[in-house]
Amino acid sequence: MSDIASNSFVRQDLLTERPAPVKTTGFVGLMRTRLFNSPTNILLTIVGALLLWFTIVPSVRFLMVDAVWSGKDRTACLAENAGFAVGACWPYIQAKLPQLIYGFYPEAERWRVNLTFVLAVVLLVPMLVPRLPAKGLNASLFFVAFPVVAFFLLHGGGIKGFGLSWTADLLQLFDESIVNAGQALLNLSKTSALGPLLWVVGKLVVLVGTAIAWLIFPLTWLRDELQGSGQSVWTDFAVTSLVVSLIAFVLGGGLRTGWRALGSSLATFVAIAVVIKLMGLDHGGLPVVATNLWGGLLVTLVVSVTGIVTSLPIGIALALGRRSTIPLIRIFSIAFIEFWRGVPLITVLFFATYMLPLFLPGNFTVDGLVRALIGIALFTGAYQAENVRGGLAAIPRGQGEAAAALGLSWWKTTSLIVLPQGLRHVIPNLVNSFISLFKDTSLVSIVALFDLLGSLRASFSDPKWSTPSTAFTGFAFAGIIYFIFCFGMSRYSIFVEHRLNAHRRN
Amino acid sequence: MSTEARKPPPQIALKIRRILGGKAGWNGVAVQFAFAAILGWIGYEIVSNARANLENQHIAAGFGFLRNNAGFDVNQTLISYTGSDTFLRVFVVGLLNTLVVSVVGIVFATLIGFIVALCRLSPNWLLSRVGEIYVEIIRNLPLLFQILFWYLAVLAALPNPRQSISLFGIAFVSNRGLVVPSPIGQSGLEPFLAVLALGIVAALALRFYARRALFQEGRMIRIWPTVLALLFGLPLAAMLVFGLPFTFELPQLKGFNFAGGSRIIPEFVALTLALSTYTAAFIAEIVRAGILSVHSGQMEAGASLGLSRGTTLRLIVVPQAMRVIVPPLTNQYLNLTKNSSLAVAIGYPDLVSVFAGTSLSQTGQAIEIIAMTMGIYLLISLLTSAIMSVYGWRVSRSLGA
Repeated sequence: MSDIASNSFVRQDLLTERPAPVKTTGFVGLMRTRLFNSPTNILLTIVGALLLWFTIVPSVRFLMVDAVWSGKDRTACLAENAGFAVGACWPYIQAKLPQLIYGFYPEAERWRVNLTFVLAVVLLVPMLVPRLPAKGLNASLFFVAFPVVAFFLLHGGGIKGFGLSWTADLLQLFDESIVNAGQALLNLSKTSALGPLLWVVGKLVVLVGTAIAWLIFPLTWLRDELQGSGQSVWTDFAVTSLVVSLIAFVLGGGLRTGWRALGSSLATFVAIAVVIKLMGLDHGGLPVVATNLWGGLLVTLVVSVTGIVTSLPIGIALALGRRSTIPLIRIFSIAFIEFWRGVPLITVLFFATYMLPLFLPGNFTVDGLVRALIGIALFTGAYQAENVRGGLAAIPRGQGEAAAALGLSWWKTTSLIVLPQGLRHVIPNLVNSFISLFKDTSLVSIVALFDLLGSLRASFSDPKWSTPSTAFTGFAFAGIIYFIFCFGMSRYSIFVEHRLNAHRRN
Repeated sequence: MSTEARKPPPQIALKIRRILGGKAGWNGVAVQFAFAAILGWIGYEIVSNARANLENQHIAAGFGFLRNNAGFDVNQTLISYTGSDTFLRVFVVGLLNTLVVSVVGIVFATLIGFIVALCRLSPNWLLSRVGEIYVEIIRNLPLLFQILFWYLAVLAALPNPRQSISLFGIAFVSNRGLVVPSPIGQSGLEPFLAVLALGIVAALALRFYARRALFQEGRMIRIWPTVLALLFGLPLAAMLVFGLPFTFELPQLKGFNFAGGSRIIPEFVALTLALSTYTAAFIAEIVRAGILSVHSGQMEAGASLGLSRGTTLRLIVVPQAMRVIVPPLTNQYLNLTKNSSLAVAIGYPDLVSVFAGTSLSQTGQAIEIIAMTMGIYLLISLLTSAIMSVYGWRVSRSLGA
């Protein structure tokens, strides 16, 4: 025992202090570990610093230090008048700002554009914040109600009838087309070798057309009666709301459970009536502003929002079609998607501008903006279809099988079980598509629409403001606007992705 | 008493149902008939409307116009072309211009993209930030915006040819484009090319032989000195024997413009710059994601086997990363080719610009011209996706086996 104790050693004095470990946090730590830790890294740091020095310093000088901030015309932005090498010519942007935002939209009516922007922001912001409630109502307002209201706000004009008249018109058009096709076949049968067969088919088609004409006769008769009466919009509105509410009531479960559907349908119609009354749609509405007067940021936003709103349903329909078990629908969806994805957007716009009018009846003229919108909707729809398909494929089979075991139909399985989960999976991809759609809207300037970029380009040719720095100033301004929108969307997409993957983080 | 197995009931009806309607059965058949009827009706409407409209506008349908004289000039042609050539030749000229700008753009985009990806992956904090800033700025601005920026702002701000910026006295940059020396073939050209081709073939054969020796017999053969000799020595020797293959004609400033040399039009410069820098940002992200997708354990395993860092990268990390990189990379190449159609905005004579633009407005044959243009792009993208699916099949086979 004792020798163990004698051998034991207890240190009596303190160890000398060791130097503190090298700091690896904070600015100094960053410099030590990631900037100057080896000769190569020092060299790379110098290269990086030089790159930044030669890009950021001239940009800041151009945008801020050397910029001219006030003036009436180009003389203020010339080096000999300013007395120094002039950078950005901001008075030029100031003078052109209305054109860059509204295009040639009449000055007295610009409040309508502003109101539309405000409405869009008010509807969009609550939809983007995940914590806020009533997403369904909000989404339906933004995706269905807002585009209609925005159309009547921006374009102006009123309505002549309502749902009933429109349905009657549409059905009548369809019926006429069928009868015409039958007549064409009958005419063809006189010359063709397949005469009798064509004759039979033609007669059959004409017969079907006549039958449809008799079927829809009550509807067309009612329309003619309504149009004859003085208050065509309101009577038509009343009849339509009555019919639709009744259908909703019956489909919703009749006396047992249909009250809820009836209530929401009536509430919707009351809201529509308020909108019609407020905007005076029943007697002409707001003065019409033709779309060739629209321009600037307005067109950019109209095209991108319309593209977003219309491409999503197209995409969902195509994605479901591509997964369908029915051969013809699957083949059609695949061909449709691959076709639009295989061609550049600019040829799609050329197609919509030059080819589409040829495919429509001669008395049917489509506005230039609408043509571009159709092209963009088809093009983006095909891309969205692939995104949505990715989301649908990510849903385990068991979900659909469980729904089938509960006795849900295909429609209910899809709309209640598969789609909500699948779409949630791909929100980041959808937002990324919207970013590229937003960037691609600049292409409409090639088919003679003046979006932000088109208006910018048009403003360069104004001799009143032609200085050496005009082009750079204009591009700087438009670039900042585009960057803010796209960068904002991409940050939002990252935020949603982070939120969706919250359960995977540890 | 033995019970014989009952014959299965004849399932002819079931089979017919399956063929006609797929899994959905008779419902599927009905849906298909309705869908076909709707498609047929739409098709009929399109054809009859188009026929009526064309008749009203006095335009003869058909591809006969391709043999008519175009009657306009194109400012960049790879094959000889004059205004008296046919529209078919315009089509070929435009297609070649599209392909040229795409190929050049792809080369530069790949180069810049890999450099930016390396920057982003570098351990140096500052350099990775620089790469990130580049990617964020370029990706969040529309491509058309960038094309117009290079064309209308940067290139237009360059001086005129008389004050052009000289690059070592060989090439000159001005607002009329880039003037570079043009090679002029001499008598030694043909033997030079023949020897060069021979050298390339021999080098490839040598590599093939060396790889077989390595994989089948385990023999390492050092081939790079021989390959260098084949690729550079042989052509040099040919040059000594047969004389110079070509000489360069230097551009000279004569009056207000350059004489001699070949001029690259500013539209081409602007388009290539914009396309390659834009696509490079996307390629950088793809390459970065691909390299990050290789597990870090692979690098460590390579080190524990005693391989150097470079060898580990070359033999272990890059081949695995390539598997992830190649499909989206091809997609970006395809996007670049499709995006080259934006040339129409600045007047570079690509397919869309000269064919779907000028030819369309001259002839009014909208349906045929746009169908041909779309068809070419569709063909390119379908071919690429076919090649990619073969590649994917090979990769999955090599992984699965």
